[in-house]
Formats: sequence, C-alpha cells, structure tokens
Amino acid sequence: MKKILKKLTALLRIGGPFFLGCLLSLRVFSAWADTTLDFDQLYGKYSVTGLQFGEKVRALSGKTVIIRGFMAPPLKAESQFFVLTKTPMAVCPFCSSDADWPEDILVVYLKKRQTFVQYNAIIEVRGKLEYGSRIDPDTGFVSQLRLRDAEFSPL
Amino acid sequence: MKYRYLTPLFLAALPLSGLAQQVIYPIDRATMVEGGKFDFKVEFDQEIQPEQATILINGKDFKQVLNGKVEFIAREDGKPVSALWVRDSHIKHAGDYRVTVSLNGKQDEVTWNIYATPKTRKAHNVILFIGDGLSVAHRTGARILSKGVTEGKANGKLAIDSLPHMGFIGTSSTDSIATDSANTMSAYMTGHKSAVNALGVYASRSENNFNHPKQETLAELLKRRTKMSIGIVSDAEIQDATPAAVVSHTRRRAEKAAITEMLFSVNPDVILGGGSAYFLPQSTLGSKRKDDKNFIDIFRQDGYELVTNATELKSLEMKKNRKLLGLFHTGNMNSVLDRRFLSNEETKKFPDQPDLTDMTKTALDILSKNPEGFFLVVESALIDKAAHSLDWERSMASTIMLDQSVEIAKKFAESHPDTLILVTGDHTHGISIIGTVDDEKAGEDMREKVGVYQYAGWPNYQDNNADGYPDKWDVSKRLAVFFASFPDHYETFRPKLNKQFVPAVKNESNQYVANEEYKTVAGAMQRIGNLPRNTDTGVHAVDDMVIQAQGPGSEQIHGYMENSDLFKVIVNALAVK
Repeated sequence: MKKILKKLTALLRIGGPFFLGCLLSLRVFSAWADTTLDFDQLYGKYSVTGLQFGEKVRALSGKTVIIRGFMAPPLKAESQFFVLTKTPMAVCPFCSSDADWPEDILVVYLKKRQTFVQYNAIIEVRGKLEYGSRIDPDTGFVSQLRLRDAEFSPL
Repeated sequence: MKYRYLTPLFLAALPLSGLAQQVIYPIDRATMVEGGKFDFKVEFDQEIQPEQATILINGKDFKQVLNGKVEFIAREDGKPVSALWVRDSHIKHAGDYRVTVSLNGKQDEVTWNIYATPKTRKAHNVILFIGDGLSVAHRTGARILSKGVTEGKANGKLAIDSLPHMGFIGTSSTDSIATDSANTMSAYMTGHKSAVNALGVYASRSENNFNHPKQETLAELLKRRTKMSIGIVSDAEIQDATPAAVVSHTRRRAEKAAITEMLFSVNPDVILGGGSAYFLPQSTLGSKRKDDKNFIDIFRQDGYELVTNATELKSLEMKKNRKLLGLFHTGNMNSVLDRRFLSNEETKKFPDQPDLTDMTKTALDILSKNPEGFFLVVESALIDKAAHSLDWERSMASTIMLDQSVEIAKKFAESHPDTLILVTGDHTHGISIIGTVDDEKAGEDMREKVGVYQYAGWPNYQDNNADGYPDKWDVSKRLAVFFASFPDHYETFRPKLNKQFVPAVKNESNQYVANEEYKTVAGAMQRIGNLPRNTDTGVHAVDDMVIQAQGPGSEQIHGYMENSDLFKVIVNALAVK
C-alpha cells in the first residue's frame, strides 16, 4: 500500500491536474468501498462469554451498506424479512428442532414484501444498517444486526 | 373351511378396532431399578370422575404400591379427557408388577419389571463413550486412515479394537423404528425407551414440553443415592441431545435454555463442551437465552471454576474437590479436521479450542480425585453432524479422535482396573466404504475413477508424523465412501477442505435442492436424492449399533440388547442401592 501511495505522489508531482482528477476519483471509489460490509467484520471479538460488534458495524450504523451472503429460506414464502447467512446452511433452523442460527447473520427487512426465490447462489443486499438486540414483533425472532429498507439482487 | 383362517385375524384386530384405550406410563415391558424414581401417569380416553376408574398394581390399589402424591386432572389441557399422576414415585421391592386400569368395563394393562442390583459393587468408575452416529464404516475407515492396511491385514489396531466384550444394540423408539440422538441417549441414561426428540420423559399427551412422565436419569440417581462424581464431556453444545440426556427432562430437545437450568440443578462435577450462548443473559451479545439469567455467574457462584480455551484447560492445577465448567464455543465446537488439519476459516472465531482427548484427560484427572468413584460421559458429537452433511472425512476424523480418547481411558484403567469402559454410539448412519477413488485411474468422469473389488487396491494416505491422522486428506487415491440416504446433491468425490459439506439448500417450495456451490467442482456429478424432498440432509439409520466394553461388569455386554438395557448394566456394575 505504501509503495502505491509513493508512486501516486510521484505521478502527481509530474502529471499535475490530470492525476489530481484520478486521485479524486480514487477517493470517490474508496468512499464507496467503505460502505461494503463483510461477514467477517460483523463482530470484532468472539468470546465464550460474549461478543462485540465490529468497528465497521458501529461506524456504518444508520448508513446504507452493501453485503454479500446467502438467503436462508424465510419462515413464510412471502415475507418482508429474511436471514442472510455467510454461506448456505445445511439445515434450516426455522424448521429443524435441533439446529441453531450461527451468530454471524443479518436480518434483512425488505423495502417491500417479496416472494422468496431460491437463487441457490450468493446475493448482494443493500440496506440501512442497524445493530443492537431487537425482537421482530410479528415472529418473535431476535436479531442483533439488521438491514432496513433493503433491496437485493442476485450476482 | 377357509373362513377358519380368518378367525385369528379378527381376534388380532379387536384391540385396535377403534376402541379408545387408557394409556399407562411407564409403558408395557418397562424395566426399572428398585427405588428408581419415575412419574406414573394414566391417560383416560374420556372425562371421568376419579372413582370411576380402578387402578390396581398386582391386584392391590395402586396407592398401596406407589409412593407419592396422587394428582387427578379432570380435563387435561382443557380437553374432555382426564389424567391421573403420581409424580416422583418409586417401587421399593424387585419383582414383576402388573398394572391394570379398568373403566366402564374396559381394562388396559401393562407389566413392569423392577430389578434389584447385586450386593457387591464391581466397578468403581464408569466411563461411557458415545460416538454420535458411530457406524461400522466409521470404525473401518478410522482404522484404514489411522493405521493403514497391507496385504489384507490392518497395520495396527484402534484402541476400540481390543475391547473384549461386544454386543449389538437396538435403537428403535416408542413411536417409530427410527430414532434420534435424544431418545437413544435418554434410553441409556434412564433405562426407559422414549419417542424421537424426547429426553428423560415418556412422550405423553400433555401439551407442555415439561409436563410429561419423567424417567430418572443415571446422573440424578447417582447424585441421589451415591457420593460419586459426574462428568459430561462433548464437542457439541453441552445442551445438545447426547450430553443433555444425562440431566434433562423435556419432550423437545430444542429447549436448550431450560436444559442449561437442568444441568445446573443436577450439578455435574465436570462439564466440558460448547454451547455458552445458552449460559449468557439475553442482554449479552451472543446470548440465545430469552431471559436475564446468567448461568456463567450462577455456576461460578456455586463453586465452579470456568475455563474458556484449551490453554486454560491444560494449565489447570489439579487440586481436590474442584468443580469445573469448560465452555469453548458459543455453539458446537469445530471439527477436529478443521481445528487441527485444515487451514481454513472455520476455527477463526474460536481459535483455541481443546481436543476431545484434552477434555477427556482433564475430566479423568479431576473426577478420579473422588474416592467414591465417578461416572463420565464423553461424546464425539461431530461424527454425526458431519455424517448428516454427507461429509465422511470430517465424520471419520472425529471417529479417530473418539478412539484416541478411548485410548486415554484405557491407560487410566491400567492404573484403575476397577473402571468399566463402554464404547458405543447412539444410532447409526447408512454409511459404507466400497473401495477407492483414484485420480490417476483412466476414465472420462469421476465416476469411472471409483475402484471396486480388485480394482480398488489401497488408498495412498500417509501418517508420517504418527499422530494417528493422515498427513493429507486430499490424496490422489482416496477412500470411496457413500451414504445410503441423501437429498439431491453434487457428489464431488473429494474432501471439502474449506468447510463442511452443505449438500442441499431449501427452495421456495420447501424442497431441498442440490447446492449449486459444488456444481463447478471438477468432476462433480448430480445425484438425485432418495429421501422426501423436504429432508435437508442424510438421515439416521435403523441399523443396529455396536457396543464394546472392558472392565468389571463388561461381561454383561453380549448378544442383542435394547439401548435401554445399558442403564441396567451400569447400575448393576456400580451396585447402586
């Protein structure tokens, strides 16, 4: 990274305004990149005695973020929310008596109710990030991380 | 003439001909130890007055035989059916007990056998190893992978291979020939059979999961009648069916928050496993409780020492009278294959988890301090969890780990010969080794690279570091292992090095379809499932389970046994009074 920066500064010295334009567009790009969230960034600390939200989650709270994951089958086929998991799950905790959700999940509340379709692939979700414990009033499902006003698209 | 043949058929059909019956718990052919506790329940098929029914045990009014308070429920769960309970009851003297319930001229009956334990205690300690889902192929596979085989003979034996006594165990449930880890371990732990999903209770008509006829567990019995120590070790959540069965009473195994409370009330001396999420109050991030109880604090206040990783576990100083709670994961611990051998992301969240062998050793070190002896359960849980996922490499690696834990127990028994060691599983899986898969074998697709009969030859796993595990799992000539039951999936003929296999995912029609993540693996072949389409993964087999044993009392293990018979083997060896 340092090397790249050095090169960029060197180029700027030589190239003047053209490269300044390039640098600006790079800044725009990095601002966009900052709103992407990764499943590994959801929690900063995993401990047997409790977890901590990741720094990026705190920083992006209330902002629109983009995250890629797998849509777990919802409770009802037509639903306003679904659970986004890092990878597909072999068993469905909504349906199985002995399966639990992993910690690193996001509950996605869609802008509008949508019928569940199994894309059988990773999807990209965009929505407003919210963290902290919340119980879904309709289903009683407890979530720690949510995306509000969300939209998703298959990749 | 020919109608005569029909007479027995009519007679046989009579008891089933729509006449509702009174249901009696414990059920017919129940066997119980003298003085062992149980809930007696009679479910009437209609709303009655208590005096309408006559309940006799060996011809005497039931109140003269059963100890405990009689509770009559006129309308059970608000329905027009009555029930009668005697909770926490017991029978003092051994013998056969015929229970008859008469109502409006109809009579139903069951017979129980109450047995006395021998006068002399043979075993001082009992160690019960459970390989969850342990099937014959797991043993064969573990032996080939761990020891190798040359010219038809194994190059070495597993620890379990030299256990002298062996039997077959029937695992069926009260409600089905098939079974799950809840009622199977429950049968070992209570001596009573039960229904799928049930722990320490008969699955009665009650709606409340905690209001079913209880069967006393071995840990409860030992805590009540002896001064022995109890240990529970598992690499699953400690509330998962097998460890839960040591202490729990619930119709539904999914009641994990309540199971944590039951674990506390039985107060085992050593508890090691995963599942800390159910110990944490709901306000703590990562908690799966829906109340404010903090069981980490509750256990600590009760004198338990808490360890949360392998380093802490291994550096414990061994002193007397310690109670130990070791929680190493919020959920199930990670499989030994991921923890020790594959540099993947699986163990990133909890990088310092102990091995089952470490947990077994610490449990033995602590429990053996008690001069009164101990009962220890050690479960290798992920044999089953990987077998469900059709991930045989993870399943067999967990079998090798079970075997290495048995080895530690056998070493312990060398200096403590009064120790009964039992090794079995709770149910089987339909898993079979049929030959090899050879990348070098000619053929257009992977299916042609499967070698059978004389073409199978030998796999080329190596164990140069002699740790008992292959140094490399994705060798060019691997075992060919297939499962008998499966959802739609892509067969890749290769180990899944990144994470455990996820064969199928649920679609919008509630059907499990092949997970397309594996579609692009070179040589992957789609296999259409043979299970109902709403089944997520492979299922348990109804096949018999092998049980092996050594030490005092192990001679009781032979031939065909019901899983519920194991309880008697243990209480007899310990001569629990």
